Amino acid sequence: MADGGAPAVIDKAGLDALIAVLLGRGRTVIGPTVRDGAIVLAELSGGDELPYGWGVELEAGRYRLRGRADGAGFAHSAGPQSWKTFLHPPRERQWTAERGADGELAFSEERTPPPAFAFLGVRPCDLRAIEVLDRVLTGGPHADARYRGRRQRAFVVAVECTEPGATCFCVSMGTGPAVGPGYDLALTEVLDHEGHRFLVRAGTEEGEAVLAELPQRPADPATRTAARERVAEAADRMGRTMPPVDLRTLMRDTLEAERWNDATARCLTCGNCTMVCPTCFCTSTEDITDLTGDHAERWRRWESCFDLDFTHLAGGGSVRSSPRSRYRQWLTHKIGTWHDQFGSSGCVGCGRCIVWCPTGIDITEEAHALNAERAAAGQPR
Amino acid sequence: MTILAPQVSVATVPVPYRVAGCSTESADTATIALEPVGSPLPAFTPGQYAMVYAFGVGDIPLSVCGIDGDRLTHTVRSVGATSRALWALRPGTKVGVRGPFGTAWDLRSASGRDLLVVAGGIGLAPLRPLVHGVLAAPEHYGQLNVLIGARTPGDLLYAEEVRRWGALVTVDRPDAAWTGDVGVVTALLDRAAFDPPRTTAFVCGPEVMIRAAARELAHRGVDPGRIRVSLERTMHCATGHCGHCQLGPLLLCRDGPVVTWTQAQSVLSVREL
Repeated sequence: MADGGAPAVIDKAGLDALIAVLLGRGRTVIGPTVRDGAIVLAELSGGDELPYGWGVELEAGRYRLRGRADGAGFAHSAGPQSWKTFLHPPRERQWTAERGADGELAFSEERTPPPAFAFLGVRPCDLRAIEVLDRVLTGGPHADARYRGRRQRAFVVAVECTEPGATCFCVSMGTGPAVGPGYDLALTEVLDHEGHRFLVRAGTEEGEAVLAELPQRPADPATRTAARERVAEAADRMGRTMPPVDLRTLMRDTLEAERWNDATARCLTCGNCTMVCPTCFCTSTEDITDLTGDHAERWRRWESCFDLDFTHLAGGGSVRSSPRSRYRQWLTHKIGTWHDQFGSSGCVGCGRCIVWCPTGIDITEEAHALNAERAAAGQPR
Repeated sequence: MTILAPQVSVATVPVPYRVAGCSTESADTATIALEPVGSPLPAFTPGQYAMVYAFGVGDIPLSVCGIDGDRLTHTVRSVGATSRALWALRPGTKVGVRGPFGTAWDLRSASGRDLLVVAGGIGLAPLRPLVHGVLAAPEHYGQLNVLIGARTPGDLLYAEEVRRWGALVTVDRPDAAWTGDVGVVTALLDRAAFDPPRTTAFVCGPEVMIRAAARELAHRGVDPGRIRVSLERTMHCATGHCGHCQLGPLLLCRDGPVVTWTQAQSVLSVREL
């Protein structure tokens, strides 16, 4: 990976040019835009679709757009979607099968070419979420070939976080607000008396090549300093924290804690948290046939561990039949056993599960409560 | 000129197999033998499982209960839509198979040791090729004890073969003709000749039985790391991507189905984990 050469500065016209260049390279550009009262991720055809002048107000169970006088384009935190929608789509065909007149079966793997995405506006927390998905879906003995195809072709434009939301806790999870590795281009939005501009660094050769096509100027010390300061300030304005303990051990120590009953009294087991989570990857398979009965297809769709059927064994019922056990599974997996299975935490601190929980269950509040209960019980940290 | 078939992921896309034979084990259970129509899957090892697909219905994990060259044997009990379709198969029908998946019994690690096989119900199926392996090379092992529990005498799998093995069998509900043991399989342990510190145990059956048997064996002095149990959870993908088969830190499709009691003990002691 290239170390990016010298940083540059582009303005809003430069960002328009970036979208045009990516489109010109045959890419489908996905980025934030305002739709249906939220900032969603959608296909962009120009920079004017970016959410300039829009921010968000977040709280547990609450999401509202609010106008911003400063015209910032990326001063909003995570919306209801994440990049997994594009890399690990909600529904996907895996193969088709034909049964011939002689009863022979012929299976054909899904071979539609993967789209060449360009993701514009990937938050540092979400960039880490993509890394987590990479490990889950391509890091084991069996790689998900279709995920890998989409992932390898994707061009990532990260944007450092300068405006964390009230539900954000990336600092606790070590995932932001500064951008880590894995981007093709990284932007930091700067708005001050010198104007609205973006500090840009390239992380790959393709990133450098794209950057070279944009109207730009070399990064000046004032812009660099301003960018650094805005990210540093963001780190000090996190709305939430996780308890400063080893969360993996905390989950292991508290499997029978009273607190699970408290959380479960509020949990509707709706699965919203799993749908909005940028790393929740679970799926179910669906087998269908057409009317002739000789053409069959295998589909895969997102599934939630909150669904009663998730652990259903034919002849044996569901292993996790109580809501308590299903909420516990989600949380202990996310920040505990994910380490055992995939070598990292499954939580990146984006706060989506807090915002989109209809009853406002807060993962950080639950972790603090479990930690307090363990401390009160005198168990070692 | 050879035309190479396109590379297909046998972990995701089934390979056609033909039903070469089927036999009835009991009212709801059948054993089916499968032979590859074209290229076979990579070789299976006792303890591993295949995902067997009934056309248009779905696929389910089935442990191999017999391995003979490229021929795979599976015992299936009709409990759901897919298992019913597989149970009802007739010779000549084509199915799809993916695999091999999961961990194996690892009989080799028990070389020179006493072997204790404890099976409950259809849990005998994955243990059968293990017993075959021992009987094929008895000089490599110490004492072999096979303890089997079945619901009723009519539910006992591979009855003819089990008799030849000299297995101890107990049933939950005897019929008029039954003169053997009645009760849980762990009660047979008193009659098995094995030296706990020198013993490797292989256990499969309903979870409650696995728990009881493994605890009893550990209590009698068998090293928990030498008690190998085969566990079951729902599996959709078998490739570690669907999440259904989680049991605490384990992804059973990948880290199991065979795990040691050292691994299983704590996770099986938490209800609804």
